[in-house]
Amino acid sequence: MALTISSDLCTGCAACEDECPNSAVHMKRGMYLIDPDKCTECSGKFDQPQCQAVCPMTGCISKAG
Amino acid sequence: MPAATAYIPLDSFGPGRPVLSDASPQAAPDLDARVSDHPCYSESAHRHFARMHVAVAPACNIQCNYCNRKFDCSNESRPGVVSERLTPEQAVRKMLAVASAIPQLSVLGIAGPGDALANAEKTFRTCELVRRQAPDLKLCLSTNGLALPDHIDDIVRHGIDHVTITINMIDAEVGAQIYPWIFYDHRRHHGVAAAAILHQRQMQGLEMLAERGVLVKVNSVMIPGINDTHLLDVNRAVRERGAFLHNIMPLISAPEHGTRFGLDGRRAPTAGELKALQDQCGDGAMQVMRHCRQCRADAVGLLGEDRAAEFALAALGEIDPPYPREARRAYRAGLKAAAPAAQPSAPPVALSESVCLTVAVATRGDDRINQHFGHASEFQIFEVDGAGARFIGHRRVDHYCQGGYGEDDAMATVLAALNDCHAVFVAKIGNCPREALRAAGIETVDRYAQQAIDPSLRDYHFDYLGRLAAGQLHHAARGDALLRQGAFVAV
Ligand code: SF4
Ligand code: SF4
Repeated sequence: MALTISSDLCTGCAACEDECPNSAVHMKRGMYLIDPDKCTECSGKFDQPQCQAVCPMTGCISKAG
Repeated sequence: MPAATAYIPLDSFGPGRPVLSDASPQAAPDLDARVSDHPCYSESAHRHFARMHVAVAPACNIQCNYCNRKFDCSNESRPGVVSERLTPEQAVRKMLAVASAIPQLSVLGIAGPGDALANAEKTFRTCELVRRQAPDLKLCLSTNGLALPDHIDDIVRHGIDHVTITINMIDAEVGAQIYPWIFYDHRRHHGVAAAAILHQRQMQGLEMLAERGVLVKVNSVMIPGINDTHLLDVNRAVRERGAFLHNIMPLISAPEHGTRFGLDGRRAPTAGELKALQDQCGDGAMQVMRHCRQCRADAVGLLGEDRAAEFALAALGEIDPPYPREARRAYRAGLKAAAPAAQPSAPPVALSESVCLTVAVATRGDDRINQHFGHASEFQIFEVDGAGARFIGHRRVDHYCQGGYGEDDAMATVLAALNDCHAVFVAKIGNCPREALRAAGIETVDRYAQQAIDPSLRDYHFDYLGRLAAGQLHHAARGDALLRQGAFVAV
């Protein structure tokens, strides 16, 4: 259960990093990544995945797989 | 001053002299002192003081249809992803480099690339670090207002005395056409419901700031067919709630920016439409801003020039220069001494009230006609009639001399931008452009080269009346003009 970030669409705005309740988003070599071990899709905490709800780029954050 | 409050009278230009003397009665009484060295708010400060923006706030919490996050936002002073991001610590280094090179630096602003308050931690950390090193710099920030009510105490505590809120509507039905969604309270909201929340937060934030004595400027983007007439209601609403200045900016929607409005082919307002709206909004107790150039959020310099590239992180030295307190004090002392004496106004000329001329002036500053036509990247536009001359705005053009796509195209752009003008005042001009201007019905005037703008305008008006009386020319109002598209990045 995790979401992923498309590096093509990501603008690097860090909004997702700021909103993630599990500190699952981090920057690695200039790219934002979601740690699949930490991401819970926000279940139990919020009714929308926070990173996806705040990301300004349509389709940038989606379910892994 | 009676009905002409919308204008900034020429007579009040000059360092240290009040410019917004007839501003909103709700505003703080010390308004003049508070804005007199802020280049964005006062046309006079504009020429003697500089501001810098630091791009420490990348995230945003709303989506606007005039914004494409991949590019520099020319509507709201927001640099895009290509622009350099700064951490608060890097922002301070940049500030020190700029302050030591530009003694005119008086304002540091945080306007993006996203929303200053959607990045509250980075924004306020920057304020704190800057305050420590440069207690005399004014701090300001720009926001869409969504997060504003949550940060009033932070704003006051950090001594931020100017806040700009972008308010494009007070009606959620209108808002739904401008904002597809917002992120608020851990949810994405869409449509009318989203706009209703945004509106409520903007009004609440504005009221709270005004109550705490923080100066609030309101920016509005004029979007023909969506909020152009509605902005009159916005003007009334923000005025009632204590905003001290309303800055109505034209939509910038070139399709290549890839914004929703650009792709939909929504057009920008013409210069005439923009001015008509500014006139209607400005005839009350509140100032309407006319000299905003919609510069980018990472801009550095006196308005009208952008030296951002010089101060890129990579260009900074290993050791930060100290904050130059002494040099800054000396600069201000010098300015006070050099303030020109008020010019005696020309005697009123009978019959002249009805003949109102629009004149474009090529100037590099100092209130003088001192720019070559071909080197001008913008013109100052004035209206002059028997009552005197009034500054009504800027018109950006591509340098005629540097038109990368052929001189004919460049000239066509200039003509479109100056189409509402009767005359253009220049320090110097070539024969070809002079001919082209004449063919377009615009008189080129170079006899006032290097002279002061205001008396030259009055003299020209007087002379014009004489020629009119002698039947040497036919007077008519001119057409409308086009506003140049794209962010202002001076070359
Ligand atoms: S879905 Fe939630 S937990 Fe997963 S990365 Fe996004 S914000 Fe973090
Ligand atoms: S919010 Fe979207 S665009 Fe911004 S850093 Fe995260 S993934 Fe990238």
